[in-house]
Amino acid sequence: MQDFSSSFTLAANLIWSAKPELLEIITLSLQVTLSAVVIACLIGFPIGALLAVAQFRGRTALTLLFNTLMGLPPVVVGLLVYMMLSNAGPLGFLQLLYTPVAMIIAQALLVTPIIIALTRQVIEDLYQEYAEQFHSLVVPRRTAVMALLWDARYGLITTALAGFGRAIAEVGAVIVVGGNIAHVTRVMTTAIALETSKGELALALALGFVLLFIAMTINASVFLLRASAARMSYV
Amino acid sequence: MSKRQPTVVPLRKGQTGRPDRGNPLLPLKTTDLCFDINGKRIIDQVDLAITSDGISVILGPNGAGKSVLLRLLHGLLKPARGEVLWRGRHIDDTLRKRQALVFQRPVLMRRSVADNIRFAIALRSFPDAKHRLDRALELAGLTSQAYQPARALSGGEQQRLAIARALAIDPDVLILDEPSSNLDPGATLAIEQLIETARVEGKKVILVTHDLNQAKRIADEIIFIHHGRIIEQTPSPLFFNNPTSNHGRSYLDGGLLV
Ligand SMILES: Nc1ncnc2c1ncn2[C@@H]1O[C@H](COP(=O)(O)OP(=O)(O)OP(=O)(O)O)[C@@H](O)[C@H]1O
Ligand SMILES: [Mg+2]
Repeated sequence: MQDFSSSFTLAANLIWSAKPELLEIITLSLQVTLSAVVIACLIGFPIGALLAVAQFRGRTALTLLFNTLMGLPPVVVGLLVYMMLSNAGPLGFLQLLYTPVAMIIAQALLVTPIIIALTRQVIEDLYQEYAEQFHSLVVPRRTAVMALLWDARYGLITTALAGFGRAIAEVGAVIVVGGNIAHVTRVMTTAIALETSKGELALALALGFVLLFIAMTINASVFLLRASAARMSYV
Repeated sequence: MSKRQPTVVPLRKGQTGRPDRGNPLLPLKTTDLCFDINGKRIIDQVDLAITSDGISVILGPNGAGKSVLLRLLHGLLKPARGEVLWRGRHIDDTLRKRQALVFQRPVLMRRSVADNIRFAIALRSFPDAKHRLDRALELAGLTSQAYQPARALSGGEQQRLAIARALAIDPDVLILDEPSSNLDPGATLAIEQLIETARVEGKKVILVTHDLNQAKRIADEIIFIHHGRIIEQTPSPLFFNNPTSNHGRSYLDGGLLV
């Protein structure tokens, strides 16, 4: 067991010297989460926009469902994906368990409801403004949805960043379906969990700093985006 | 860069650029038109006939139902009773495409000035899209601000943009809801020139205003409405010289109680 102050020094050294071990973990984390968020956005933006614009039975129920799923515990998502991908599961033949792909699937599942729910809110607010004008101009449904998605782009980027923030920081889903295998599925959060439990605080701390830095970057981006959108009168 | 004001070919009042052809959407007739909001009758048994080209001005005090009436005519609201017929046809998407409505608070998209106009033009797949855009920008006097965010424009500029966008899709009927309230005399003049351009091009203009002087300047006929009812419909000079209704008279005298 290292003492605290030496852990901090070691962590700083690890980051400063850009240890390959550390870089590998960070890179995989970013790859997994970025892929998951891209997939979640591709699914979530159109579905969220449709929920905002379309009138159909069960729309409120669906909205409630996605709002609820926003708070889904990551371990539960991990468990569901595990059951799908394990040898006994329906997708077991794909042999994806304990691979980065499994982790991407789990995180995409975790983030998609968030993207859908936030997108629906953003687009619905904008549609309230546009609806009568669109009705007057006779804008086809598809054109309307595309226009709303484009005009809400600042809000949607913020939405994607929120999804990214949630996914990069979660540990429950990736540890269940990824297994934290060194050089294969070890990402920042799972490494922190493991190293801490082993009492190896230096690497855990170093990764913790990196995570903090990423969180800060995301928040700064959201802040700057808001400011620039406001300057352009786009909010 | 210079802001160009629209140039208008002077025509006599009531004369349009295509007097022989007539407007394909006229006459506009409503019969027994009623509309309720929360159980309150807002539009009450309106029988309206707009048969001639030119500019029909709807006058009436705040809350008279002018904006609601425009929405009913344009088919944005469904009447509780009665019907709206444009040349004998119920208002639908096809007819609405031939009309353009500029709202009391113009709805501008979160895009540049040019992209706002482009969006409307693209909906109708005109062959001369680029030319139409340039012309609309020039008409609105916004050529030099084409790439600014539309919602950063001043109130008067936003109104000009909304009207130019409406004109860019070449409607047969242009419906305007108080296009120059809150604007200074210069901006009001610019708007009136835009409206005049529309009339000269043979578009039917239906316009709501509070501004009696504006009505006097541009109206061919006055439709006076009060408490959701048509009180009178009179050729413009006649209305201002000798309104047929008591309500109309007291409105002109500035004494109409709501
Ligand atoms: N969405 C709404 N909800 C409730 N009441 C409404 C709504 N829209 C209009 N009204 C009511 O209907 C009446 C007519 O409204 P409308 O907007 O047509 O008036 P207007 O003649 O255009 O007035 P103004 O000159 O102030 O624009 C008003 O009493 C108004 O309060
Ligand atoms: Mg009004």
